[in-house]
Parts: sequence; C-alpha cells; structure tokens
Amino acid sequence: MPSDGGQPLIRLHGVTKVYGEGPTAFQALKGVDLAIDTGDFVAVMGPSGSGKSTTMNILGCLDVPSSGEFLFKGVHVEQLDRDQRALLRRRYLGFVFQGFNLLARTSALENVELPLLYRGDAKAQRRETAMAALDKVGLAEWWDHTPGELSGGQQQRVAIARAIVTSPEVLLADEPTGNLDSERSVEIMQLLTDLNRTSGITVLMVTHEPDMAAFARAIVHFKDGLVERIEHGHAAGTAIA
Amino acid sequence: MLGTTFLLAIRSIARHKLRSFLTTLGIIIGVAAVVTMVTLGNATTKAVQKQISALGTNMLQVRPGQGFGRGGGGPAPANFDEDDVQAIRDQIAGVSAVAPQAGTSGTAIYNGANATTTVNGTTLGYFQVQPWALTAGRYWTATEESAGKGVCIIGNTVRKNLYGGGDAVGTRLRINGISCDVIGMLSTRGQAGFGGDQDDVVIMPIKQVQRRFTGNRDIRLMLVGVDQDYSTSAVQASLTSLLRERRHIGNGKEDDFNIFDTAQISATLTGTTTLLTQIVAAVAAISLVVGGIGIMNIMLVSVTERTREIGIRLAIGAVASEVLMQFLVEAVVLSCLGGLIGLVLAQLLILLLAPLMQVDWLFVPEINIVAFAISAAIGVVFGFFPARRAASLNPIDALRHE
Ligand SMILES: Nc1ncnc2c1ncn2[C@@H]1O[C@H](COP(=O)(O)OP(=O)(O)O)[C@@H](O)[C@H]1O
Ligand SMILES: [Mg+2]
Repeated sequence: MPSDGGQPLIRLHGVTKVYGEGPTAFQALKGVDLAIDTGDFVAVMGPSGSGKSTTMNILGCLDVPSSGEFLFKGVHVEQLDRDQRALLRRRYLGFVFQGFNLLARTSALENVELPLLYRGDAKAQRRETAMAALDKVGLAEWWDHTPGELSGGQQQRVAIARAIVTSPEVLLADEPTGNLDSERSVEIMQLLTDLNRTSGITVLMVTHEPDMAAFARAIVHFKDGLVERIEHGHAAGTAIA
Repeated sequence: MLGTTFLLAIRSIARHKLRSFLTTLGIIIGVAAVVTMVTLGNATTKAVQKQISALGTNMLQVRPGQGFGRGGGGPAPANFDEDDVQAIRDQIAGVSAVAPQAGTSGTAIYNGANATTTVNGTTLGYFQVQPWALTAGRYWTATEESAGKGVCIIGNTVRKNLYGGGDAVGTRLRINGISCDVIGMLSTRGQAGFGGDQDDVVIMPIKQVQRRFTGNRDIRLMLVGVDQDYSTSAVQASLTSLLRERRHIGNGKEDDFNIFDTAQISATLTGTTTLLTQIVAAVAAISLVVGGIGIMNIMLVSVTERTREIGIRLAIGAVASEVLMQFLVEAVVLSCLGGLIGLVLAQLLILLLAPLMQVDWLFVPEINIVAFAISAAIGVVFGFFPARRAASLNPIDALRHE
C-alpha cells in the first residue's frame, strides 16, 4: 500500500465492471478503489463471486473496466487498445493461473522460453534466460520434461518460471495453489515470497485459504464487488517463522 | 518476427504430426492428382504426336479405295501405276518427292535362322519423304534402283531376328527363295500406333519387288512429300483433281481413292488429347480446392481445440497480429508441405503409370511449379479465416475454455 505521497505502481479508482447488457446485465464490480506500491505482496480474499478474478483480469490488463480509472505506472490502461495492453503484459506482467496453463506436449524449457520468443530474444540467450528461471524455481534438471511428466506442484513452478522469465514488475496469481495439496501449496508460497523479497517483484495473489494469505504483507477483502476492508501488518514469511 | 512465427508454426506442426498429416491430406491428393493427370495427358499427346510424325509429316498418303469405313460393293478400285507417280511428280507444284510402294510379306532366311517379315518395295524418294537414318551401310543408288537390283536395307527387328543384332551389311539373305544383298541397316523407329512394329521390314527397290515378289506393276500406296513452303491441303486439292482426271471419275461421282494428311490428323488428335488433358486437370483441380477447404475445416477445429493455448499466448503478451501470423504461417507451411509431398507422390505415380499407359516418362516443370504455387495460395486463402478467428479471441474467455 502507498507508504508515502509518491505515485503508486497500480491505482484503481472507482472501477466498475458490468457483464452483459440489458436485463441480463450483471455488475461484478461496483466501484473499486485500490492502490498498490512497487514491491508489495498483496493477497486478495473474499467469497466466491465477489469480483476477485474480475479485478485481477483488469489489473492484468486482460480486460478493461466498464468505468473508472486504472493507472499502471501512471498510464491510463482503460484508454489503451488491445495490442497496447498486450505489449504492456509482455513487458511488465507475469501470470500464474490456478490450472497452470502450460502448453501440452511442450517441454518445460520451451514453455518457459515462450515469452522470450515474443520478446524476440536470440536462441542462445533465450535458452540461458529460461534455464536460469527454471533454476530459480528448482527445476533446472527437469527442463526437458513435458507437463504430462510433471507433478502438479512442479507444473505450477514451471508456470512461475514462465511468469518471471521476462523479469516482470508484477506477478499476478489467481488461486495459484487452488489445485495443490497443502504441502505443495506452502512450497509455492515460499517461492513467491522469495521472489517478492529477493527480486523485488510485486506479487498480487487471489486465494481462498487464510494460511496462504498469511504469507502476504496485506490482505484485500472483497465482498459483493467492492473492497470490504484491507488488512495490514502481515509480514511476508510470518507463517513459516 | 516472421522467424519466430515460422519457428512456432514448425514446432506446432511437429508436435501434432497426425493432425498435421490429416490436415494436409487433401492438398497432397489434390496436387498429386493435378500433376499426374496433366503430366500423363501431356505424355499421351506427345506419344500420339510421335506416332504420327513416325508416319512422316508434311506428307500425304494416297491409297486406292474410298478410305476408312466407306465404299465397299462394286469392283475393287484400280491400283496406281508408275505413270501416276510420274504425273504427280511432273504436274503438281509443291511436291518434293513421291515414293510409290508395293509390298508383300515373306519368310526371310539367313544362315539357318528364319523369320516372317514385310517386304517393302519403294524408291529413294521414300527416305526423302520420311527420313530414316542408317546405322551402317548405304542406301541403294539411282542406277541400282532403275535396274531393280536385288539389294536390300533391313530394319532393326529383322537384324535382331536373323543376325542376333550383329552386322548384316555384305551378307546375302533369302526371302521367299529370292536372294538379296544386304547393303544397309536402319535405325530403330519403334512401335507405330497403327502399323505395328515398323522395324520389322526389308526394303528393296520397287522394281525388284514388282518383278520377283508381287508379279505385277501395281502400286498400293504413294507417299507424296510436300515442300515446306506449300500447304498440304493445297497439294491435296491439286492431287485430287489430277487423280480424278487420270482415273476418269465423272462430275458428281465420288473419289475412288483417298488421301490421308498426317499433319491434319496430327493436329486433330493433338487437339483431342489436349482437351481431354484439360478436362481431367479441371477435375483434379476441384480436388485441390476441396483439399483447401479441408485445411480450413481442420484449422477451424484446431483453433477451437487450441483456444486455451491461444489464451496463454495472448496473456503472455502476444499481440493479435502475431497470433494471426502464427496460424496463417502454420496453414501455409502445412499446405506447402502437402504440396511438396504431393509433387513427390505425383512423380512416383507417373513412374508407375507411364509404362502401363505405354507413354514415355515425362517431367513438366510448369505444372509442378503451378501446382505448388496453388497449394501455397490455398494455405493463405483458407488459412486466413481460422487465423483471424484465433487472433480475435478474448484472452480471458480463451483461458477459461475447456
Ligand atoms: N464473462 C462473464 N460474463 C458474465 N458474468 C461474469 C463473467 N465473469 C464473471 N462473471 C460474474 O461476475 C461475478 C464475479 O466473478 P469473479 O470475478 O470471477 O468472482 P470471484 O473470482 O471472486 O469468484 C460472478 O457472479 C460471476 O458469475
Ligand atoms: Mg475467481
């Protein structure tokens, strides 16, 4: 959360989101205000259907608000077109999904290389950077395995390697431990905590589990398309201390 | 960016070999069909032309009788004689040479070997009207011709049958008990479509044949060579009126002889085979278009099937044009690959079918290039719609797609 009067990395102001039109229209967000600073580790919690994913999609520049402002590094994202948002994602954002979303029948290394391909890196450099990212998540020796040959925890770590391979400023994770058992979940949380601390990546994470949210430095509680309250004071890593 | 796109497309194709193969199967079959049909069609046209030119071009064949399928009834029309030959040579402009022919079949014997063959008596004009090279020896001289000497020139089949393919020049062989000195050996001409083996022949001065074999002065066939500068139809017209006059055919009566213009027959047959080639090529081209629609169908299915993959790419930061290009390049690479495989398949089919159809193997560069270009174009045209659909997907919906 903004600690001084400076420009926050991310700022939502009066963001609404309406799905559909006419009588079937549904307002998923009803005016969300939120500010997130560089280096934060924020967990998003709330009941199912409260608008967590909708907010994450907007923060991830995958979707635009129906009204309101979304400033990312001072840029009005709600005014950008599709391709401009894609370039923003390519440059600054990394995604981790509940369902891993790796390319099937594709080795871990090639999965991790994918964002570098779109960035236009040369082959040797791509390889080196991707291997370094796999090493960071502890899967260097699994580089030639396809998702089918990896466990759920390993797949999620490959997905995290893919998300961080471009050295993004923000990592967005929508229920990253939703498909994992508690032991694997803790490993993933430790990894995210480590990335937040040592690489200074801002982490935004949706979770249902208080145990996982406890890793974050702040918890944003959603209810009925609005931010209900923000819980401060958590120090990353307290859960395992 | 194109390099990256190309790499992505190749990877995707390599990862889904069966799907890729099925996608491109229509193109493979279409290209193979077009190239095979057109090539075999051209080969057939060539074979027909070759058979006709083996009869001699710029040449009229004149025979007694009303020609194919006509006449019949009444007395047999008279054969020609030496005077007719002389009259044609003297009175018709544009005649380069006239070769009368008289012949029979007989049994040739040499050194214990014997074979049935054709005896053909003619004049030196024969070799002028339809050039036929010697592999050894010489033609007969004008003196030998007018004297009707017992000299002969043998075709390659006779040489094989009687001499085991060895040298025959200087030997003496006997046909129906009549001996002749072999003075020359002819080069191979091969099978004629109509006349059987053209090389199974012994050629002699016509006087010798008339005197010793047929026993009369009849001429059953005249080959009339036409000068390059004259049209065969003009010469044919003069020839017709001359022969009508000499044979006393009254006005309103039909000719009792027929003139066969090989150039005209050649043009007619070539036109027919070319038309047939075009028809089968058109049918094959339809299969190529069907192949293109096949690519579009499977690419569309593939876009649906790969919606999640597209979602991942979009989330990672691929812009719409990159996704479009990937699918488009994939379609083009697939259809080009299909085109290449089709071309190879076509060559194999041609190798296999040409001997069965009794035509020579042929490679027509143009049709190969055109068929390949069409397959590439099909990739672009039919790949565009699925690619645009892929590129227009919403990343969130695509990621949620099961
Ligand atoms: N694409 C969509 N079309 C229509 N309604 C949607 C769509 N996405 C989400 N919603 C609705 O918006 C509400 C909020 O959804 P979401 O943000 O996914 O909630 P959460 O992630 O907190 O469970 C839900 O009621 C959901 O049904
Ligand atoms: Mg959700």
